[in-house]
Amino acid sequence: MAAVTQSRSIDFLTQQAKRVRVEILKMLTEAGSGHTGGSLSAVDIATALYFYKMKHRPREPEWPERDRFILSKGHAAPLLYTILALTGYFNESLLTGLRKIGCPLQGHPSSKLLQGVEVSTGSLGQGLSIANGIALGLKLDKNPARVYCLLGDGETQEGQVWEAAMSAGHYMLDNLCAIVDANELQIDGRCADVMKIEPIAGKWKAFNWHVFEIDGHNMEEIVNVLDEAEKLKGKPSLILAKTVKSKGVSFFEGKAEYHGITPTKDELEKALEELGVHGE
Amino acid sequence: MGSREQNTDNKSRGTDFSGQAVATRDAYGTALLELGRRNERVVVLDADLSGSTKTAKFAKAFPKRFFNMGIAEQDLVGTAGGLALTGKIPFASTFAVFETGRAWEQVRQTLCYSDLNVKLVATHAGITVGEDGASHQALEDIALMRVIPNMTVIVPADGFETQQVIDKVADYGHPVYVRLGRAKVPAVMPPDYKFQIGKAHTFNLGIDVNIIATGVMVSEALKARDILLREGIDAGVINMATIKPLDTDAVLEAARKAKLIITAEEHSIIGGLGGAIAEFLSEAHPVPVRRIGTEDVFGCSGAPGELLKLFGLTAEDITKAVKGFFQERTESLAYKNFASQ
Ligand SMILES: Cc1ncc(C[n+]2csc(CCOP(=O)(O)OP(=O)(O)O)c2C)c(N)n1
Ligand SMILES: [Mg+2]
Repeated sequence: MAAVTQSRSIDFLTQQAKRVRVEILKMLTEAGSGHTGGSLSAVDIATALYFYKMKHRPREPEWPERDRFILSKGHAAPLLYTILALTGYFNESLLTGLRKIGCPLQGHPSSKLLQGVEVSTGSLGQGLSIANGIALGLKLDKNPARVYCLLGDGETQEGQVWEAAMSAGHYMLDNLCAIVDANELQIDGRCADVMKIEPIAGKWKAFNWHVFEIDGHNMEEIVNVLDEAEKLKGKPSLILAKTVKSKGVSFFEGKAEYHGITPTKDELEKALEELGVHGE
Repeated sequence: MGSREQNTDNKSRGTDFSGQAVATRDAYGTALLELGRRNERVVVLDADLSGSTKTAKFAKAFPKRFFNMGIAEQDLVGTAGGLALTGKIPFASTFAVFETGRAWEQVRQTLCYSDLNVKLVATHAGITVGEDGASHQALEDIALMRVIPNMTVIVPADGFETQQVIDKVADYGHPVYVRLGRAKVPAVMPPDYKFQIGKAHTFNLGIDVNIIATGVMVSEALKARDILLREGIDAGVINMATIKPLDTDAVLEAARKAKLIITAEEHSIIGGLGGAIAEFLSEAHPVPVRRIGTEDVFGCSGAPGELLKLFGLTAEDITKAVKGFFQERTESLAYKNFASQ
């Protein structure tokens, strides 16, 4: 019974993830600048969160019992914006204004300007501390909501991430789930070459986290791990999601240079074809 | 001694940016590479932005003397301090927001308190960062660096000046903050210009107003001067490339000569060049000062040129401030005359 509903929801989620990728690529092409690779690598995770796991009300963004999502890797703003638009926080037509003067869709998310953004981010390394603070506050209020925080793997080179890892472990924040988008790339190249971060799982375990390792593009695995993490008591959860940077566009995939390069019109056409959508 | 002379001689340099419109970060990349060839003690550190800060050029030529610290700006600054303690001349680069903000206390405690020979050369300062938006637009970095004892703060106006600044600071054994931009800027400094730490460059002095500008605003100030001259207002322009130590002689001369001082910078009007000049003049020689800069606000996303307009950082904004001042004065004079009748 459960299996049937789940297989239906997996198909549905995979469809949504494709829609999200299409909108991200369109908006980035229109903007002419922005972060392609790190937006696409986290699409499946963010889709599972917003379309499946998180309790939230797009029409009531301040609903006190909503689960919180903190985009610590704020440069993946196009991903967050697309998901917020497709789930109904604001009109999709706003997406074409990305990075333009007067549009609330800033280069990096601004909570003062846009509904659904919990807190402004863009400077790496700060999100997990914020998530911890929210998790502590929710516990004080006996609020059952959960907190999700998405980090880049390069981002975990910031010292603050490890200060926060220590406090989440110390305070046993089991209402917190952090996800590392482990696409193995940062701006200057491979994380392994720029500044080694391996072994990632071992580090988080040492800080008293429960660590799950998954394929960050396998929707079924994502859904299952999110469910499992929620049941875990006494420890924060870390999902180490193995991903591919620029996932979904074969000719950008796994290439460090597409971190901050947007598709040309031709590349957009080709990308949409790959995704099974034909440009208008 | 010989090599020191070589450093300051424009002709002996491989590349000469005089008269060229380039981004100051591009001039930095080239100057750093050429400095690295001449001086083996130069080492370079970056925090995962070497392509954007242009230290990648140095990294490619001298991989052993280049250290990528990853996305870890506090470690970047601290490690640069340690390298300086072994007699190296470290240049540490990342975006201005992260270098002066995230690592501020490392700059204060490690570099400045111990007076270590580290050059913080930050790029992507100011509103002209453009589309990345407020989180990446440093509008308070001059203030943050200026307030720390032992720190020197330099903002080059064009590529030619940047190249000379890089050579000069390499020979200066103390902490220095050099503020560079992302966007291409026009060439403004004359071909015979010689940069000196702590020395302003006076293009000309006016008897009505003197505009003291820094960075990208020097070219806007020069444009404003020409507009004002055409409208019968005698204006002068000074490039204050070193904000600390401030060239107080140059400021005093400008203030004595004219009725109004305008400061112009791509930075908050709080704590930057305008702050420094207002602090100094209010005690030494009080004259009317109007500060052009961003108001007490964050930036936003947009094209760099559009943002300069939106935040009031153009030649037109300077002329408006000048004309507004003289209009007010005429009106208040007229009122006084009327009232005393
Ligand atoms: C504190 C800070 N330093 C530097 C940057 C510039 N920056 C933006 S994205 C990025 C690389 C991020 O790599 P990663 O965390 O792996 O993200 P992803 O691969 O998912 O895009 C850097 C260095 C920043 N935004 N914040
Ligand atoms: Mg990465």
